[in-house]
Amino acid sequence: MNPIAFLTIYRYQMARTWRTLFQSVFSPVISTSLYFVVFGSAIGSRITEVDGIHYGAFIVPGLVMMSLLTQSVSNASFAIYFPRFTGTIYELLSAPLSYMEIVLSYTAAAVSKSILLATIILLTASIFVPLHIAHPVWMVLFMLLTATTFSLLGFIIGIWADNFEKLQLVPLLIVTPLTFLGGTFYSVQMLPPFWQTVSLFNPVVYLISGFRWSFYDIADVPLSISLLVTGAFLAICLAILAWIFKTGYRLKQ
Amino acid sequence: MTHNIISISGLSKTYPKGFEALRNIHLDIRQGELFALLGPNGAGKTTLINLICGIVRPTVGSVSVGGFDIITRYKQARAMIGLVPQELTTDAFETVWATVCYTRGLFGKRPDPAYLEKLLRDLSLWEKKDSQIVTLSGGMKRRVLIAKALSHQPHVLFLDEPTAGVDVALRRDMWQLVRDLRNAGVTIILTTHYIEEAEEMADRIGVIRKGELILVEDKVELMRKLGMKRLSLQLAEPMTAIPPSLAGYGLELSPDGNVLTYTYDSQSERGMIAALLDTLNRLGIAFHDLNTSQRSLEDIFVSLVHEDAAP
Repeated sequence: MNPIAFLTIYRYQMARTWRTLFQSVFSPVISTSLYFVVFGSAIGSRITEVDGIHYGAFIVPGLVMMSLLTQSVSNASFAIYFPRFTGTIYELLSAPLSYMEIVLSYTAAAVSKSILLATIILLTASIFVPLHIAHPVWMVLFMLLTATTFSLLGFIIGIWADNFEKLQLVPLLIVTPLTFLGGTFYSVQMLPPFWQTVSLFNPVVYLISGFRWSFYDIADVPLSISLLVTGAFLAICLAILAWIFKTGYRLKQ
Repeated sequence: MTHNIISISGLSKTYPKGFEALRNIHLDIRQGELFALLGPNGAGKTTLINLICGIVRPTVGSVSVGGFDIITRYKQARAMIGLVPQELTTDAFETVWATVCYTRGLFGKRPDPAYLEKLLRDLSLWEKKDSQIVTLSGGMKRRVLIAKALSHQPHVLFLDEPTAGVDVALRRDMWQLVRDLRNAGVTIILTTHYIEEAEEMADRIGVIRKGELILVEDKVELMRKLGMKRLSLQLAEPMTAIPPSLAGYGLELSPDGNVLTYTYDSQSERGMIAALLDTLNRLGIAFHDLNTSQRSLEDIFVSLVHEDAAP
């Protein structure tokens, strides 16, 4: 492990966050606040409770998770795609760094950014609704696990994409729909049986369910299954990355 | 005694679509030398550099830098190398100072503001250290790339066409910089289109054509070849054969018998022209015009790279 290089990449990536503060932090906070206004206040006034939880409070874990997923993917994918796009990737490839060191440093930066953002959103939510966190350690663990997994996914997308359209394709067409259909704004139990079964094929359901459990002790699926599915998704991402580095796919000819 | 800092053995590169970019390259670069790699576009110069630096994977063969294999001991090998790429690829919105510090860090070196300040001053970049790279001119950006490549104090510096698109004054500055680096003990491998650049600075010259290294020679030796001149005599009367008394001059007769050509070394064969003309006069061979021409390195290069590869 090359700690100086690791910290160099980490700080460089974090510096980009501060430089693009509005885009990186303020705009997701504003859009999440809008969700609270629309779903929490407007629609929430007609749905008083879900599973005994005030609707406004019920959607908080889902919204935090939604930001965590989308931000992890977009931070990591952009961070590695941009040097490929500009050509500065040559620096990374010719530096005395292992692939593992590159992935770790980029992922650590993407995870830090998205967790920072999730924390800000959580604090913003506490202004709108009363929050209760039943299992804070599990909550942090779920956030870390999810941010890491989706940052790795973002890293894979950033290597796979060869234009900006593709870079947006997976987040827009896959991640966001899966998040919306993953129980962000509702309990899967509220769906008809057929759609409940379909939902079980959506990995985001397990993330949100586990995360919501850490807040309110209620879950759509058992905690152990949530952890298992998240762990499996992490393992798949790691396997794909290992293949990318072994073959040099889109990095080295 | 100088030793080889880079050793390339049996190196070939075939891209996935079948294009053979490098073919069986054997080359040793001596420590402290300035090696110029010449070749037309697409000859394989950049592929060779990228391969040594770890950006491209070899298909066959081996490369070691400072005794470290670039595959099995890539960290040690790459730590010795600085690369200035051909394209002006920079993080446009970073400042000069941030990007130079970043590169140094990537190579695992602790911050050294005093060294980096000296480096930026030497490259006339100190005044621009807080400027975003996007605001700099092309020449300045090229200097930034050189500063980045030198930020971790490499033993070997690759300059991939460093003066492409650079104005004459800046080119002269760059040459001076390269000379200073060489004098400081840095081994430099330079690719260029400009023969003049190779003539000006290189210790040795390599010529690459269609992925093959077709010539590696000391510049002095090439300059000796450069010293070969040709004297062409337009004969008053066509000649059918060169008389035996002129055999010692190694003359060539044109197919139509009208031009007699004498090739000679201007440095060591002084006085031979007078002797030749005297002999022609004695034999009664008249000519109505004569001219001399010198074969330049460019001529040699052009003839080498345009010659069809042997089947």
